[in-house]
Amino acid sequence: MTITELMPFSVLVPLIASLVCALLPGRFWPWAVTLVAVIVSAVIAAFTLPAAAQVTLSYAFGNWPPPIGIEYRVDAANAFVALLVAGMAAVALPWAKKSVDKEVPERQGAFYALFLLALSGLLGITLSGDAFNIFVFLEISSLATYGLIAHGSDRRALLASFRYLIMGTVGATFLLIGIGFLYIMTGTLNLADLAERLPEVRDTSTVRAALAFIIVGMGLKLAMLPLHLWLPNAYTYAPSFVTVFLAGTATKVALYVMLRFVFTVFAPDWSFVVLPLSTVLMILGVAGMFAGSWVAMFQPNIKRMLAYSSVAQVGYMVLGVSLVSVIGLSAAFLHLFNHALMKTALFMAVGTVIYQVGSARLKDVRGLGRTMPWTLTAFALAGLSIIGVPLTAGFVSKWYLIQAALDQGQWFLVVLILVTSLMAVIYIWRVIEAAWFQERSIKQPDVGEAPLALLIPTWILVALNFYFGIDTRLTVGGATAAAEALLGGGMTP
Amino acid sequence: MMTILSFINYWVVVVLMMIGFYCVIARGNMAKKVMGLNLFQTSVFILFISAGKIVGGSTPILREGVEMYSNPLPHVLILTAIVVGVATTAVGLALAVRINEAYGSIEDDHLGDEDDGDGQ
Amino acid sequence: MRENGILRVVARFLIPLIMLFGLYIQFHGEYSPGGGFQAGIVFAAGWILFALIYGLDAALKVIPERAMYVLMVAGVILYCAVGIAGVVLGGHFLDFYPLLAGKHAAQQFGIITVEFGVGVTVATVVMLVFTLFARRKSEWKAAKVEDE
Repeated sequence: MTITELMPFSVLVPLIASLVCALLPGRFWPWAVTLVAVIVSAVIAAFTLPAAAQVTLSYAFGNWPPPIGIEYRVDAANAFVALLVAGMAAVALPWAKKSVDKEVPERQGAFYALFLLALSGLLGITLSGDAFNIFVFLEISSLATYGLIAHGSDRRALLASFRYLIMGTVGATFLLIGIGFLYIMTGTLNLADLAERLPEVRDTSTVRAALAFIIVGMGLKLAMLPLHLWLPNAYTYAPSFVTVFLAGTATKVALYVMLRFVFTVFAPDWSFVVLPLSTVLMILGVAGMFAGSWVAMFQPNIKRMLAYSSVAQVGYMVLGVSLVSVIGLSAAFLHLFNHALMKTALFMAVGTVIYQVGSARLKDVRGLGRTMPWTLTAFALAGLSIIGVPLTAGFVSKWYLIQAALDQGQWFLVVLILVTSLMAVIYIWRVIEAAWFQERSIKQPDVGEAPLALLIPTWILVALNFYFGIDTRLTVGGATAAAEALLGGGMTP
Repeated sequence: MMTILSFINYWVVVVLMMIGFYCVIARGNMAKKVMGLNLFQTSVFILFISAGKIVGGSTPILREGVEMYSNPLPHVLILTAIVVGVATTAVGLALAVRINEAYGSIEDDHLGDEDDGDGQ
Repeated sequence: MRENGILRVVARFLIPLIMLFGLYIQFHGEYSPGGGFQAGIVFAAGWILFALIYGLDAALKVIPERAMYVLMVAGVILYCAVGIAGVVLGGHFLDFYPLLAGKHAAQQFGIITVEFGVGVTVATVVMLVFTLFARRKSEWKAAKVEDE
């Protein structure tokens, strides 16, 4: 079997495993089946990336030739995102066992089945080359995600899940409207075919409306600033493992879909001209960076603080996109990858605290630096990455972002990036201060260090943060290849 | 006048879409929000189905004496989208039932974030 | 509703017809309009009518909840199995041509099997959704009575 024939199985294996999982009783077997499926999926994704970077892979389902049948079309950009999603799931799953046992004690078969459905949905979005198929996979992953969030032990998880359902469905339906307009104008749903046929009809208001609908719809799923309202509650009240998984993957995939449509389907020399997309994205990106960081500085709950920080980090990615250059887009992809690394590590550390203490409020973390040194050191080190200290992954992506801004002579963006990084220092510092420089009150119970099953995966991610801060061959190479694949090999705005 | 009437499907789509969207935004009751969402999605279904109609075209079943067929693809797509819509409705209502059990109300305005007192 | 004679008689007359019509749509799906989705919904509608009139407990005796879970998964697994059979026999996923020697027969076999899987899953999922909602209400009421 060649890699082209194997590549769809990174979606199919989790999908089929989820069926098995749904029927398995107990606590061990659902997890074990999930782990095997996720690792198989991640290995396939890892082999796909180098192959896809050389030549675009295409797999026709049912052997129907592409414009008619559904096609998986994988170039460097999809393969990069797919590897990120599958890889994050594979790293998070060993961590999940203990945390899920504690937070979701019952019916774990259904829980892991939902997780696998969400994963295969996200992977399906990235690999598919068919616009309608993307919509279907988007809904598969979204519906599974609503179910996962509702598993949170706090009753507000239900509210958060419902509100996310409303906003997420509106977003997905907007995407469907956009796809419908494109189909009406061109008569095709295949992304590559769409890109070929659109230039003839693209000077119509229908196509312009399609672009607007797709951007707003994906902006909702992406949590771009004014459309981010679902994110903080969903991340705060979901079970820790769900937050860990979502923070690293869900918004990234939505960003990928947006980029795929804006850059591949509508060529960037059209989509950035017909709408003032560059300006709008830049303003929203910068506003997201500021508002997210600003609100994060005042949150009493660490999970919610990190959720707002995610809104800010999405702002960096959107800013990178708005520069419409290979280096700007590479910076966006780099930050997509690096943010997944650091936010997953941070949420894992917080999840470990929740496992031991039962809460993620800032006042419950007081004095934990002495009793849980390994957990909170991991948090602090991953925090360095989110601030963007040199030798961490966060530094690399911010460095590229700054270079992209300087490349276009927009030095004020550099100032803004530095200021928001300083705000990140403040909100990370608040946790460190509480953990090491405040006394634990007598009323609060003493806790010891967390079990190794939680610590080891967390530290692996922290180590990865530093590894990718020093050895940037994989990340920068992959991100540049992805950016070039989207821009069609170098173009000027 | 004729141009307006000849696009009657699309006018219906727009009106339904706005009613549904308004319902989603303005109504506090979660059951009504789900209904609005359904209406919103249904309008998009009509948009797709309208696009599949070919004037003078027959039902897309192969048989003798018929030359022109309507486009069957939008129907197939919308069949899938309807299933997605049903699943969304089921999940939404299930959540509403659980919220009703947990809070005793499904009026969104009455359910704040602060009432559990851990300072969010 | 259980004591209403008209409802009971009409339902007794209608339910077999509804289910028969569901099966008709199912097994004519590859040549004429129809298929697994529609058939599953129609079939499940017959069962739901039964449950509404004769009560959920009687309806769950016909198809126990556990059986619904298993059938729900079995339908999708049948679908995937046909897909993977195409891969094992040397084609692509969901490729029907390698399944049988004749091209026509292979397509027909593939479609019927896949649609049967779809039909089973859709029918059981709809039944399950109905069951979970219906039972939830009675459970909740019982819990409320206990509280009072």
